[in-house]
Amino acid sequence: MLSVYTDFIRIRFLTMLAYRVNYYSGILIYCMNIGVYYFTYKAIYGDAGSIGGFTAAQMTTYVAVSWMARAFYFNNLDREISTDIRDGSIAIQMIRPYNYVLVKFMQGLGEGMFRFLLFMIPGMAIAMLLFPVKLPTDPVAWVGFLVMLFFSFMINTQINIITGLTAFFIENNEGMMRMKRVVVDLFSGLILPISLFPGWLATIAQWMPFQAITYLPGSVFTGRVKGVGIWNVLGIQIIWLVVLLVPMIIIWRLARRRLFVQGG
Amino acid sequence: MMYYLGLISEYLKNYMKSRLTYRADFWVEVISDLLFQATNLIFILVIFMHTDSLGGWSENEVVFVYGFFMVPYGLFSCFVNLWNFSERYIVKGELDRVMTRPAYNLFQIFLENVDPPALVGSVIGLIIMGISGAQMDLAMEWWFVPALIVLSLSAVAIYTGIYTILTSLSFFSDAPTGIIPLMYNIQGYGRYPVTIYNRAIQVVLTWILPFAFVGVYPASLFLHREDMRHMALLTPVMGIVFLTLGLLAWNWGIRRYRGAGS
Repeated sequence: MLSVYTDFIRIRFLTMLAYRVNYYSGILIYCMNIGVYYFTYKAIYGDAGSIGGFTAAQMTTYVAVSWMARAFYFNNLDREISTDIRDGSIAIQMIRPYNYVLVKFMQGLGEGMFRFLLFMIPGMAIAMLLFPVKLPTDPVAWVGFLVMLFFSFMINTQINIITGLTAFFIENNEGMMRMKRVVVDLFSGLILPISLFPGWLATIAQWMPFQAITYLPGSVFTGRVKGVGIWNVLGIQIIWLVVLLVPMIIIWRLARRRLFVQGG
Repeated sequence: MMYYLGLISEYLKNYMKSRLTYRADFWVEVISDLLFQATNLIFILVIFMHTDSLGGWSENEVVFVYGFFMVPYGLFSCFVNLWNFSERYIVKGELDRVMTRPAYNLFQIFLENVDPPALVGSVIGLIIMGISGAQMDLAMEWWFVPALIVLSLSAVAIYTGIYTILTSLSFFSDAPTGIIPLMYNIQGYGRYPVTIYNRAIQVVLTWILPFAFVGVYPASLFLHREDMRHMALLTPVMGIVFLTLGLLAWNWGIRRYRGAGS
């Protein structure tokens, strides 16, 4: 039974591999994004020593790591799921002897593995050539970061699946998906580290799951958070991973009783 | 010409009809568009909580540039939406249907994807320009309105050119999504004072992916910034050049199109 699911990982990985040329241009574009933020922050820092607890050097690393982490954890599962729901192909998949949500998860994992190996790692190498990125030398920090990165991926994927499944209830969830994208980019700390936010906005951000995707692991990797703080970050990630399972399972349960195919 | 204007009104009528089926979604879309713009504004506002000037530009100036940037961006998003082109028209084969009709194929594709909620962004952009302009005591001059129209249309032409060129690439590669989604992250950066970037990025944003011409350059004309005046005046030229390149790339690409089967 398990092998059925691992096959979904493998197939998605191979599918992505077939279209890999697409991602070479992606690497350049991500590097350009990093560059633009790098120079913007350079202009802001001027002579200032540290802003929001980040030194200029840490900020550079933070920006590079955040974008490259996004190159790994990003996927379009929300769109895939809502397309399946709208064109009705989900009906066929629901009668097959596997769990639809779990299959999507596995496909996401296959895509994640592809993105990790062929997008994030080469992208990081190029970003390091172009910008003064300083990665930690301590192997423990690396192991910790890879574990956190995996949790970032899991939490982001859960959010994507939940967003995709809303198509069961909102017939056209295009706006919902766009809104999710914006909220994730802002509140995950990709655009701005949360410690730069004004107080009230930072408080809101701390009570949302999105900071666990980019901001928290990024803070650890740049060396802003050390020692016991690292375990706190991991704890927060695990809590959100578990908490987000609840809406996902509830929505899926409700959805199965409420399938309404629009054409197809 | 009349024929094409007639097509526009027919398509818009059709759009309204299909939209009435998903009424709530119209507003969700407006709100999500505005939220996207809001995050960019938040970025600017938060940055200026930590600094007084960005490469010699004040907060009000940067916000003004952003307001200008929203105007052509809203128009472009409304009338030129190529986001799903490759998936919808090539992979699913809808281009075959479009090509059997007499009207120009790219024009039909634009019309099939009109997105009027995006226009709300243009209106908000005008309001932002008004507010930040007032805070800087920017005197209203007689040429502001005609210049705004010409520069906005030029900026829309630049956007259309860039995205048409990029979309034309999907005639040559089998990639299912194309690189357009990745591009959407870059396009906003022309709205910051490009002088803060290093030479290479400035060159890219000015001549290769000229997103500086849809934000900071044209807006500097209204702000009376002498340093960018000649660039601002160059905007219409860039618009014509890039629109032409876009159409050439498109026509060249579509001649290679053979249909995907299925």
